[in-house]
Amino acid sequence: MITNSQTSKDTPALKVASLTKTYASGTEALKGVSLEVPEGDFFALLGPNGAGKTTIIGIVAGLVNKTSGKVSVFEHDIDKEHERAKTYIGLVGQEVNFNPFEKPLDIVVNQGGYYGIPRQIALPRAKKILTDLGLGDKMDQIAFGLSGGMKRRLMIARALIHEPQFLILDEPTAGVDVELRRSMWDYLRELNQTGVTILLTTHYLEEAEQLCKHVAIINKGEIVASGAMKDILAMHDKNESAKAKYRGSTLEEVFLQLTKEK
Amino acid sequence: MRKDVVRMFRIWGQTFLPSVVTSVLYFSVFGTVLGSRIGEMQGVDYIIFVVPGLVMLAIVTNAYANSSFTFFQSKFFMRSIDEILVSPTPPWLMIAGFITGGVIRGVLVGAFVLVISVFFTNLELTVASIAIISFFAILTAMVFALAGLVNGVYAKTIDAINIVPTFVLAPLVYLGGIFYSVHVLPPWWQAITYANPLFYLINGFRYGFLGQADISPAISAGVLIALIVILVGINWYLIKKGLGLKQ
Repeated sequence: MITNSQTSKDTPALKVASLTKTYASGTEALKGVSLEVPEGDFFALLGPNGAGKTTIIGIVAGLVNKTSGKVSVFEHDIDKEHERAKTYIGLVGQEVNFNPFEKPLDIVVNQGGYYGIPRQIALPRAKKILTDLGLGDKMDQIAFGLSGGMKRRLMIARALIHEPQFLILDEPTAGVDVELRRSMWDYLRELNQTGVTILLTTHYLEEAEQLCKHVAIINKGEIVASGAMKDILAMHDKNESAKAKYRGSTLEEVFLQLTKEK
Repeated sequence: MRKDVVRMFRIWGQTFLPSVVTSVLYFSVFGTVLGSRIGEMQGVDYIIFVVPGLVMLAIVTNAYANSSFTFFQSKFFMRSIDEILVSPTPPWLMIAGFITGGVIRGVLVGAFVLVISVFFTNLELTVASIAIISFFAILTAMVFALAGLVNGVYAKTIDAINIVPTFVLAPLVYLGGIFYSVHVLPPWWQAITYANPLFYLINGFRYGFLGQADISPAISAGVLIALIVILVGINWYLIKKGLGLKQ
């Protein structure tokens, strides 16, 4: 079984330096992105559609090959210590990507197997996580019949089976109703309080404002702002908002100011 | 591997049954109906001569189909391959996991076909011959599960999964000597047959059944092992680099 070594509080959970990605089609998705996610943080990576958020996540999680740059997870370089770096990461992707003809319990337990967790350990752990996420009575039904919100929670359960220290959530609440979204927030907050570092991408900016301590805003493959949430919120230009007629949260206003077409 | 084995038993009507039905038809038509007119080949009844080839045909097609389709569907339909790609599972373990499913299915279906042959022939097997047959069955299943995996990793469309078995595998298998001995062919065709890797597999297998073959079983085993080494190398490279898997 692969286990994570102890990390010190000074170790960044994620360090990305000069990261570039050009797809085979010629699309330049990332143009030298650098960012750092402190250990224990609840970090928001925000940006409009096609800004490069999912590409960054894909590279960190090993689903996309980078063109150049350096990425390390708890100081383990993803090129040199590929397998070690992955033991820290739990990924909840944007799209539902489990086999819908399997049972939720099997999906989560099998995921544990990919991390070398013996079945006798994975089974009770999976049952507890699924129950905590409100899927206790669905764990032995075929996943095909789950609602959209349940499928999202199943993906979170699957990402947690190996007790990762760094959880990446790519739009986890997309299409989820308000009540369920709030309960997912509570769950993620509790998880963060236990020491799990969380990187969140979302289009619900009030969600990021409520949950996250730090934020980076990416636009067209470049980081346009990064820092503590309160500092980003302080960038709010009230004159600009007045001109544009204030319609959303403060973060939403800042986001629009930073990412709007010039 | 566990997932794959559970799946193949759950849909046994799609995984095990077709080859069993096909082999019954082969034994009936080629063995009983045509075989009685052909008489003997290499000193044995024709129906006994074709048993090794038909068992091997079942192993080849099932081992190949299992690993190619299992891998392709996991990367194409639901992207469930991401479950493995995000984990620290090394490429060699991914290869071992995917081909083990193919080997199990290939060998099991081959065993079913062998059991069916008992109803059509008076084939007698010794412990030694069963050991040789098992050895060649496992090596053959490994070769084709690995070949299927290359196909599954690299395929970009479902057509690419179907084209190779239909237009590459089937001709190689049928022209590799399932239904005839290489010695009945004209010299130029014999020369071509010696370049067909399937010829070596069929003959190694036939040696296990009949104690005789067109070539030495040591050569057959050598060719199989060489193919396994080459195919493991290709799979390892494709998965390590993420070719056909990652953007």
